[in-house]
Amino acid sequence: MLRITGGFLLGAAVGTVLAAFSAKLRLVEELLAPLLLAIKSIPVASFIILSLILFSSRNLSILISFLMVLPVLYSGVLGGIRAMDSQMLEMAQLFRIPTLRRIRYVYLPQVLPYFQAACASALGLCWKSGIAAEVIGMPTGSIGERLQQAKVYLDTPDLFAWTLVIVLVSLLFERFFLVVLRQAAHHLERM
Amino acid sequence: MHALCKSFGEKLVLRNVSGTLAAGRITGLMAPSGAGKTTLLRILMGLEQTDSGRIDGLDGLRLSAVFQEDRLCDQLDGVSNLRLVTPSLSRTEARNALEAVGLADCIGQPTRELSGGQRRRVAILRGLLADYDLLILDEPFKGLDRETKQLVIEDTQRRCMGKTVLLVTHDPTELDALGVTELLTGLE
Repeated sequence: MLRITGGFLLGAAVGTVLAAFSAKLRLVEELLAPLLLAIKSIPVASFIILSLILFSSRNLSILISFLMVLPVLYSGVLGGIRAMDSQMLEMAQLFRIPTLRRIRYVYLPQVLPYFQAACASALGLCWKSGIAAEVIGMPTGSIGERLQQAKVYLDTPDLFAWTLVIVLVSLLFERFFLVVLRQAAHHLERM
Repeated sequence: MHALCKSFGEKLVLRNVSGTLAAGRITGLMAPSGAGKTTLLRILMGLEQTDSGRIDGLDGLRLSAVFQEDRLCDQLDGVSNLRLVTPSLSRTEARNALEAVGLADCIGQPTRELSGGQRRRVAILRGLLADYDLLILDEPFKGLDRETKQLVIEDTQRRCMGKTVLLVTHDPTELDALGVTELLTGLE
């Protein structure tokens, strides 16, 4: 669970930073476009198997969650930056508002709804793909390993129980994360 | 300004516009809608480039403006909107300024919750209180009722005393009320 959460947070952070660079420099966007298209198009199973060949299974779910979250956050945040109100940007330029204040009070309130929507979509996706990666890679002590064992022993109650655990954990994490995000945004947007 | 020209595609918006802004005074600009007033202001603000012509004496100047639109940070209250562009302004000074234009009742409210006229007054104050060498007012009093307009014009007159200001308006009474004697011509 921690690995999937870590992959999500890493994907969200890297996706946001890359989106900011892409919004600033067209060249970065053009360079990243084929890479992100490949990540979106290649089946998760291919990534999982390739990762198992190249790396150990221990941190597999981090990588898979990261890869699932990255394009969603990147597209969402980039869309948010592109949709920003140009009149507000002109206002910030004219009044020479320093960069950090500009990001906090002008950019953030406009981009945040896009970031939140992207996070909400990516959260479900990262849990599904992360668990799938664990089922195939079977890192020790993971939920995926338990699911795999349930499959091997045809243990249907165990399978349902673990599925319920996954649903509950992902739901709780999603709620918790979005509440924390809202609180942080509320605090940041205030002067 | 010397022989400024600007076109958007086929449409020529400014044709050889020349003129001078009187230092330390309010210069008025009146012209019909579509004559290119806002384009000229955008050029002065550095938000638009001219096709030809030149502007002298603008380099290095600190500009301030009251746009036709409010352009406020909706999540912030009036005090914070003022202090966002003028950090040197204390909370008390900002509150006093807002109270002086009749906004005492809504000082702590996010500007998204204010009425159009209240938002307008915050936007006007933001422009007036910023540190500037040239203030550009683009139809600033539009949308204010008669009494509020009178109050805001008096406040504007007091704060703009001795400052270089360019005021665009359709209403000649605003020019009279602000004691404008200099007029910029050349827009048709």
